[in-house]
Amino acid sequence: MLQSFGKYLLFMQSLFIRKESARILFGRTVDEAILIGINSIFIVAIVSTFIGAVTCVQVSYNLNNAFIPRSTIGFMVREMTILELAPTITSIVLAGKVGSSIAGGLGTMQITEQVDALEVMGINSASYLVLPKVVAAILVFPMLVILAMFLSILGGYLAGTLSGELTPQEYITGIRDGFIPYNITFALIKSVVFAFLISSISSFRGYYTSGGALEVGAASTSAVTSSVIAILIGDFVLAYILL
Amino acid sequence: MIEIHNIHKAFNGKKVLDGVSGVFETGKTNLLLGASGTGKSVLLKCIVGLIKPDLGSVTFDGTYFTNNKLDIRQEIRRKIGMLFQGSALFDSMTVEQNVEFPLKMLTDMTKEERKERVDFCLKRVGLEGANKKMPSEISGGMKKRVGIARAIAPHCTYLFCDEPNSGLDPQTALKIDELIKEITEEYNITTIIVTHDMNSVIEIGDKIFFLYEGKKLWEGTRDDIMDTDIKELNDFIFANRLMRDAKKVEEEEREEEEERRYNGQLASQGKEKAPSEESVETEKEPHPDNPEGPAATTQTGNDKV
Repeated sequence: MLQSFGKYLLFMQSLFIRKESARILFGRTVDEAILIGINSIFIVAIVSTFIGAVTCVQVSYNLNNAFIPRSTIGFMVREMTILELAPTITSIVLAGKVGSSIAGGLGTMQITEQVDALEVMGINSASYLVLPKVVAAILVFPMLVILAMFLSILGGYLAGTLSGELTPQEYITGIRDGFIPYNITFALIKSVVFAFLISSISSFRGYYTSGGALEVGAASTSAVTSSVIAILIGDFVLAYILL
Repeated sequence: MIEIHNIHKAFNGKKVLDGVSGVFETGKTNLLLGASGTGKSVLLKCIVGLIKPDLGSVTFDGTYFTNNKLDIRQEIRRKIGMLFQGSALFDSMTVEQNVEFPLKMLTDMTKEERKERVDFCLKRVGLEGANKKMPSEISGGMKKRVGIARAIAPHCTYLFCDEPNSGLDPQTALKIDELIKEITEEYNITTIIVTHDMNSVIEIGDKIFFLYEGKKLWEGTRDDIMDTDIKELNDFIFANRLMRDAKKVEEEEREEEEERRYNGQLASQGKEKAPSEESVETEKEPHPDNPEGPAATTQTGNDKV
């Protein structure tokens, strides 16, 4: 465990040794951002909309007290979405989608000697392949989390109003009530940290794959598992430090 | 010229290379010969720097490579072209982009200059017109050719080939061997080829190094190899011959069987005997691995485009 962590730190250090030119890295980062971002929009949209809808219905089910205003439902959907569901659940979903794709891609490149081909050319394969992925993830994840926040709150609105649990006015009042802008900053900080964890851990697992197709599958699974655990630990640490 | 001196390498305590030394001459095809598991590929990877030897040194044209400063090693690496066993083409790039890649990364060439060089290299390996194909759309033989084109594109001084004809039919393997030899002589580069194929030894081996259990047991030319009194090498040559003969017999039997079946079918349909398969093939388009050459008489499924 400790040995793996040490190896991970050395791997991260190697990303910054003999980097390629900024022009090449910029091009690769844009490509990766498109791969990570555009291809994840659909899954993020579906998951966040339904999470918002389900949160609204479940909060409504638990708030039967006549003394509690119905607008509280909107308030709770917003708080849960911004503080936890949008950044954390989105990141867990992306750990599955993006993390496995990164590990699988790098693992395949490793076992088919494509990584060796880069090294023989005198290119730092870790820097060339991994650094753009990490930077792209850090740039794109916050955007996806903002999208998830918006769609989750919209999902709650649709579920609450269409099912007749509360009126549109009550929901709007709720989501405007006691808004703390810092919560958005907190969510975005979380998304950046999770982006780094997912992309770097998955790259690490993929880059050190050896063997054959079976090991590539194992590396993908291990990348997702490790990333999710890291997200949950990171979530707790950040909440403890920043809130 | 590449010199290796006293190379040792062990994995988990198991010795893979045990004090291998040698000189690989410029303008010649140097072969590392040996059975599977004798350390040929590990030696090749030690020479190019993909694996760090436990002991020993590698020198490229007098410049010390192993354990030298990173920028000096990088400088040497930029003169190296390598053809991998599985070709190692980048899956996400077209044939053209694969060949252009080292030029883009290692040179200051303009886009037009790169395009010109890519077209030249692809033409040199007999692959003009395949520019836009993806690696998944081409045959094993064509992949090797693209690998060679990518290796020579940045004007390499040293060419390394790890089992260049593995997984290819004998005809295509021979063409790849010939292509490597031609390129070596044409550009006067130092070529090292890892192989266990005696056909390659006979066809292109200028200098041969025979490895056995991590040690270099013999070195010499292809003319000397048949006269050696080293038991391990003679056993290896004998096993290779046996395998080649067995393959030949098997192939002849298969061809006879196919012809019998084909004639039987015609007879049952009451038709006249059709021309033999060979004459039909010669009327077909040229072999994909030799677009300019004469039409192939036998085609393998592996080599179809």
